[in-house]
Amino acid sequence: MRALVFNIQRFAIHDGPGIRTTVFLKGCPLSCLWCHNPEGISPNVELMWAKYKCIHCGSCIASCSNQALSFDGDLLILRKNQCTLCGKCAQYCPTDALRNVGQLMEPEDLLKELKKDIMYFDQSDGGVTFSGGEPLQQSEFLLEVLPKIKSQGVHVTIDTSGYVNQEDLEEILPFVDLFLYDLKVIDEAKHIKYTGVSNSVIKDNLKFLIEKKKDVVIRIPVIPSVNDSQQDVEDLCNFLASLSVKLKIDLLPYHNVSEKYSALWRKYEMDATSDINRAVKYVEDELNSRGFQVKIGG
Amino acid sequence: MKTNLNKEIERRRSSIKPVSDRIQRLREESIKAKERISSERARLITDFYKTKAPKNVSYPVLRAMAFKYLMEKCSLPLEEGQLIVGIRGTGPKEVPTYPEICVHALEDLETLATRKNMPFCVDDQVREIYEREIIPFWRGQAMRDIIFENMTQEWKDAYEAGIWTEFMEQRAPGHTSGGGWVFKTGVLDIKKRIKEKTKQLSPSDPGYFEKLEELKAMDIACDAILIYARRYSEKLKDLAANERNFQRRQELLEMAKICEKVPAYAPDGFWEALQHYWFIHVGITYETNPWDSFTPGRLDQHLYSFYSRDIMSGALTRERVKELLQAFWIKFNNQPSVPKVKITAEESFTYNDFSKINVGGLKTDGSDAVNDLSYLILEVLSEMRTLQPNTAALISDKNPDTFLLKALEALSPGFGEPPLFNYDRIIVKMLRQGKTLEDARESGVSGCVETGALGKEAYILTGYLNLPKILEITLNSGIDPRTGKRIGLETQVPQNFDELWNSFVKQLRYFIDVKMKGNDIIEALYAKYLPVPFMSLWIQDCVENAKDYNSGGARYNTQYIQFVGLGTVTDSLASMKCNVFDKKLFTCEEVLKALREDFQGYEHMRQIFLNKAPKYGNDDDYADDIAKKLVDEIVRIVEGYGPSPVRKASRRSYFLPTTVHVYFGSVTGATCDGRKAGMPVSEGISPVQGVDRKGVAAVFNSVCKCDWDKTGGALLNQKLTPDLVQDSTNLVKLGKLIRTFFRMGGHHVQFNVVSSELLREAQKRPTDFQDLMVRVAGYSDYFVSLPKGLQEEIIARTEQGEL
Repeated sequence: MRALVFNIQRFAIHDGPGIRTTVFLKGCPLSCLWCHNPEGISPNVELMWAKYKCIHCGSCIASCSNQALSFDGDLLILRKNQCTLCGKCAQYCPTDALRNVGQLMEPEDLLKELKKDIMYFDQSDGGVTFSGGEPLQQSEFLLEVLPKIKSQGVHVTIDTSGYVNQEDLEEILPFVDLFLYDLKVIDEAKHIKYTGVSNSVIKDNLKFLIEKKKDVVIRIPVIPSVNDSQQDVEDLCNFLASLSVKLKIDLLPYHNVSEKYSALWRKYEMDATSDINRAVKYVEDELNSRGFQVKIGG
Repeated sequence: MKTNLNKEIERRRSSIKPVSDRIQRLREESIKAKERISSERARLITDFYKTKAPKNVSYPVLRAMAFKYLMEKCSLPLEEGQLIVGIRGTGPKEVPTYPEICVHALEDLETLATRKNMPFCVDDQVREIYEREIIPFWRGQAMRDIIFENMTQEWKDAYEAGIWTEFMEQRAPGHTSGGGWVFKTGVLDIKKRIKEKTKQLSPSDPGYFEKLEELKAMDIACDAILIYARRYSEKLKDLAANERNFQRRQELLEMAKICEKVPAYAPDGFWEALQHYWFIHVGITYETNPWDSFTPGRLDQHLYSFYSRDIMSGALTRERVKELLQAFWIKFNNQPSVPKVKITAEESFTYNDFSKINVGGLKTDGSDAVNDLSYLILEVLSEMRTLQPNTAALISDKNPDTFLLKALEALSPGFGEPPLFNYDRIIVKMLRQGKTLEDARESGVSGCVETGALGKEAYILTGYLNLPKILEITLNSGIDPRTGKRIGLETQVPQNFDELWNSFVKQLRYFIDVKMKGNDIIEALYAKYLPVPFMSLWIQDCVENAKDYNSGGARYNTQYIQFVGLGTVTDSLASMKCNVFDKKLFTCEEVLKALREDFQGYEHMRQIFLNKAPKYGNDDDYADDIAKKLVDEIVRIVEGYGPSPVRKASRRSYFLPTTVHVYFGSVTGATCDGRKAGMPVSEGISPVQGVDRKGVAAVFNSVCKCDWDKTGGALLNQKLTPDLVQDSTNLVKLGKLIRTFFRMGGHHVQFNVVSSELLREAQKRPTDFQDLMVRVAGYSDYFVSLPKGLQEEIIARTEQGEL
């Protein structure tokens, strides 16, 4: 059983306790408009182009047997309907401006990579975090690797959207020490509008994890004009207060990542222009006033 | 973004905290003072040699008498409000010259005065006296001239091609540090010992005459420093008599008393200890211009007994101790390095003279050495933030995390000090070199990252070796493409990687051999013509052996070559292996042609070299194994040489660059890691600037695959963005990272906590950033005063951190 991985970040210090390695699995059931890892949304291998690295040598165009690539001025154009994702163009690109995002990995290969930093995990009470995309979409793979990671005494964190089958969640439960659980928008209709899916499963799974007494930290991306209105924040506070446990909260300020979308030849549909610092402060203050422990960043 | 920048600037400025007004004034005076050439010492030494030097005295005695003459006649500046007296020179940052070692030509003086980086003010009086007296007397007679006369043509060819540098061509050997013994010994004790030793000498001893002369010289040197101290005592009494302010008058009288006590007698109190050391420091740096000046070494250890006694008896408060330390700090800052020109300037392009204060480590009995003073010194470091002195935090497994974190906190506000050293592995290095366990435990670091048995060892550096250039010579079959001259062995075009490797090693062996032969000659020249009887008093066991420091009198003697460009040469070899021999994308001939053309018309190939070959620093065995193999090979070659002829020094290797990676890059053509001609090569053992893309943990893993315990030290620079050290949780994680790195065998790491954004700002508005200090390589320097090439290079050094 192989997994599609699009990044492995070593010395990650914002994805759980201690020094960690974060594995980003490709593919997500949501398509949030502000997504900071848009290259993690599609469950397939994709092409990504970094304009600043391009030397316009044309090796990619020459290597494509489907004529899917061409230059319009100094912009590289990809005709996705002609692209078979064979990956040859990225192989021939001398500067890695064009690269394949997503690599299939065997469990053994991933474990080998993770083992490289085991001394750092030991020393700092760190460990491995699975993120993405939605890592639990590849839960069969996780079921193969997580027990092996745990047998080495390493701490496991899962960073999830919560939009998963509860059965899949239940199966990996014994191998997870900490869940970083995303909450984006509480209002159901708004949630569908901005992420493409309903949030009832997400809310249910959260309650499930609490019931099972798992360690959970809530992650809330603060997106101005999406979830920072008085009503949104009120809804959030009420929902969190309704849970049987008072959970810790990480607020993640929004960043404009439009370049990443252009690099994927996707349209960036986010237009959050208002003051992010003010929005974050507002949410933080409201949560604090209701007795929640809040951290900015993560 | 702008507000974040200003916040950072504010935070940086607010951490400077002189403990009193007078320190504030002294600090400002020190920072604002402009480096200038003082002609006094040149004049005095010339005067001595011309008119006062008796004929038919031995060289040691001659040098001692010259030193005595200086101590009798030099001016006695006193900074307003200072608590410690003595300065090598005529005032703060007024730097003497040493024509008997290196006589500057008038063009050199012009260069010093007009160059953009590291200028020295040269006034007409200096020019005039140089033209009239100094140059005519010393031209052709200085050590520098004698050295070059004695070097072979092969040596000179390699030197001019930029294969290596030679430390001793403009400065005397030094590369040492004071030990605990310095603080327990008075000059009169030494005189007594000298008398005893002289009595014990027997004419049937084959070294009788040399020893007799050396002891004579040492005795004269003792008298010389006593004269200097006595002169200051008199001056202080005079000043006191005319001082209106009561408090200051009492202070001056107390200082006068201290100067009567030390360095004649061993110090008893904290203040005395500082003054005692300082007299010795001034003496050593007046006698000659030794590399790395001098240093008190493990200061938190040496001062502790004085500190605790004075605090307990109530003689000093903690605040007064701090004030004294801060005053002491400024003394170092007022003595910039001596003026260097040409290649010596390039290899060490800084005002920093590398005096290094060590804190931490273990005591001689093996217990945790961290004490109140260790923390106090770290505080003084953060609060003073001057260019000098440098510091070093020695981190042992036995040292508490609090100490490590305190050291990291000093780093945080964008200040590059202190660097962190793996003390437990320093001990391994010292033991491997044959030091006793006690002497190994008293070891520390001086200069950049050089390790030695402080107070007992002469660990002399002989110059840097340009590894990437040697690979270039290999690929060109022994010819330097820059000049067309043959300077190396003739080798064939390699057909596979093993052949390339073997040819490279052959060239390396050849150049190291020429360098070693040169080292032997230079050692003999200094031993004969430029003994240092005063410095010899303070390094054990010179007096016991009745032998000069430059002749091997120290208990331990080592000789080092510093290897530069490990990252660049590793990546170049890996690129050849991968792209030429494994993937067969290019032929050797094609690559050679491209290199000669500086990749003009070969951009595609260059990008592949830059992006598509494994690189050192990314925890990739393909490249890292090459680095490991190379380090092993270098150690094997260097340590294969027997001890040096005069000092009987063992031969060792270091991996550190100071600033020479910029110079070495400027004389090296394009390299097959994709580097363009003239660009700096990699510094220390750091990965090539910008190619470490897997984070700091991966860099550490790569670095630790090499066996540094077989070397004397290796320098690793890493840049961190401020957010990584602003948060106390993150700081703890950084501490854990370092503990792991040290567990895996890392020798040293220094962090540069700035953002490249800030640095670009500093480039645009240098006047607003005059106190911005960054670590260059083993020392810190003011960013805005760095040559543009070095500025760009520091910016390019990878920023670690996360989005």
